Amino acid sequence: MSDTRATAGVGGAHWAWWTVAGFAALVAWSAHGTRVDVGALLGAEGLGQMTAYVAGLFPPDVSPPTLRDAALGAFETFAISFVGSVLAVGLGFSLALVASRTVLYRGILYAGERLAPAGRAGRIGIYALARGSLNALRTIPEILWALIFVFIVGLGPFAGVLALGVHTAGVLGKLFAEVIEDIDPRPIEALQATGASRLAIIVYGILPQAAPQFLSYALYRWEVNIRAAAVMGFVGAGGLGQRIHVAISLFHEHQLLTLLLAIYVIVTVVDALSAYLRARLL
Amino acid sequence: MVLAISLREAGVDPRLLVQSDAVGNAARFVRGMFPPALGVDFLGLLVRPVIETIQISLMGTTIAVVIGFPLGLLATASLMWRGALHERTPVARRALLGGVPYGLARALLSVFRAIPEYVWAFMFVRAVGLGPFPAVLALGVAYGGMLGKVYSEILEGVDSRPIEALRAAGASRAAIVLYGLVPSALPHLVSYTLYRWECAIRAAAILGFVGAGGIGQQLALSMRMFQFDEVLTELAVLFALVAAVDFVSGRIRGRLV
Repeated sequence: MSDTRATAGVGGAHWAWWTVAGFAALVAWSAHGTRVDVGALLGAEGLGQMTAYVAGLFPPDVSPPTLRDAALGAFETFAISFVGSVLAVGLGFSLALVASRTVLYRGILYAGERLAPAGRAGRIGIYALARGSLNALRTIPEILWALIFVFIVGLGPFAGVLALGVHTAGVLGKLFAEVIEDIDPRPIEALQATGASRLAIIVYGILPQAAPQFLSYALYRWEVNIRAAAVMGFVGAGGLGQRIHVAISLFHEHQLLTLLLAIYVIVTVVDALSAYLRARLL
Repeated sequence: MVLAISLREAGVDPRLLVQSDAVGNAARFVRGMFPPALGVDFLGLLVRPVIETIQISLMGTTIAVVIGFPLGLLATASLMWRGALHERTPVARRALLGGVPYGLARALLSVFRAIPEYVWAFMFVRAVGLGPFPAVLALGVAYGGMLGKVYSEILEGVDSRPIEALRAAGASRAAIVLYGLVPSALPHLVSYTLYRWECAIRAAAILGFVGAGGIGQQLALSMRMFQFDEVLTELAVLFALVAAVDFVSGRIRGRLV
């Protein structure tokens, strides 16, 4: 009911009704296709099984070897996410510069002196190549990158670092390029009036303006990456994921709960850290 | 310093990247991708997983809304115990009926979203067996946690004047939620949900790596059998799928907000 009322003002009641009906049909189709069985899940048996499983997780295993292992895994996960994010910022930033039209060939930087047609075509080519690589990096999911890097550099956390770095570079590169292209042109005009070179304008006019946004995006991706780093281990790329994989596969329920708590702690710590840094810096 | 310790802990060793068998493996991988597998049989094999991926993302997002919305309401401070709505409620009552459910909902949401969907999926595969169903549950729980948190932030930020007017007119708490809070927040709620759906399609694609259906299961299979030409085709399909969903969702969001 309330759905239709709010959207009615935007596109007319007709549009809203069709959307709601279409959406309901889609959900029904999906429920059928994914064999969702809410009855079985919430029925007496399903609910009983679930409760038994959750109850079976308790109490968490707090023996010193497990705790040490969980702490080690949490630390490794943290390290993977941190180094991976740093790598992504470096890689993403370099690609973003050549994936920004306003840096390469058009807009205010090039308003005064025109590029020669051949030079311009070359720069458009570089731009297209950079955008294309960013798309490719982003399309391949982290976990698949992890599989690929395990194949290339072998098992261990380094493969996880590379996977996160490369995938996140694709995401950040696109966001960074958008920030650069959307920048306020006035300070740049002012710099241009003083006769500054293009490089100087980029370094002193564009980047200082974009830096806070860059940082905010990088911190946000770090929050995403701590979660991703926690699952890298499922394909052999180190961290807590590897230990969780073993614990689930071998039915070590109490250890599993300890490891899940470790994920919870490390994710919460990184979220809080990132929020604190963002509030301080911006 | 954090970086230095992390570098060591993460086993970073750039030499690994340039040693001969790393380069050889990378070359084998890239060479193996071309030409992509485009046989009719193989493409036919991909139709079902693609459809399944879309269904998982839709159903997962729906369950996430079902979990996230009520918890999001409970996790909204201005609704539960703070601000104009509660000026005249006694403190003890406010703490018991507002503060306690509020705290519980917050805690639950934070647990739901702190555990990655991938780990949820692995646990649900153990609980309900292989197939798309565990993926739906995993997305529902993990994204329910995220939606609930963001819903509560959106509801928190709603302009309080219409609500105060409703209250002055003597409206009940439920009526205030239904007619004051939800309608004014709705475009933002729907827009964020659609954004989450875009993420869900990506997530649905990788959950298959633990046996939870969809295109990811096919991708993991091809990768493990070193059929890199199939990997390339599957990636192209995934790319098209994600781009299509982004486009649809972007169009709807553009009309909403």
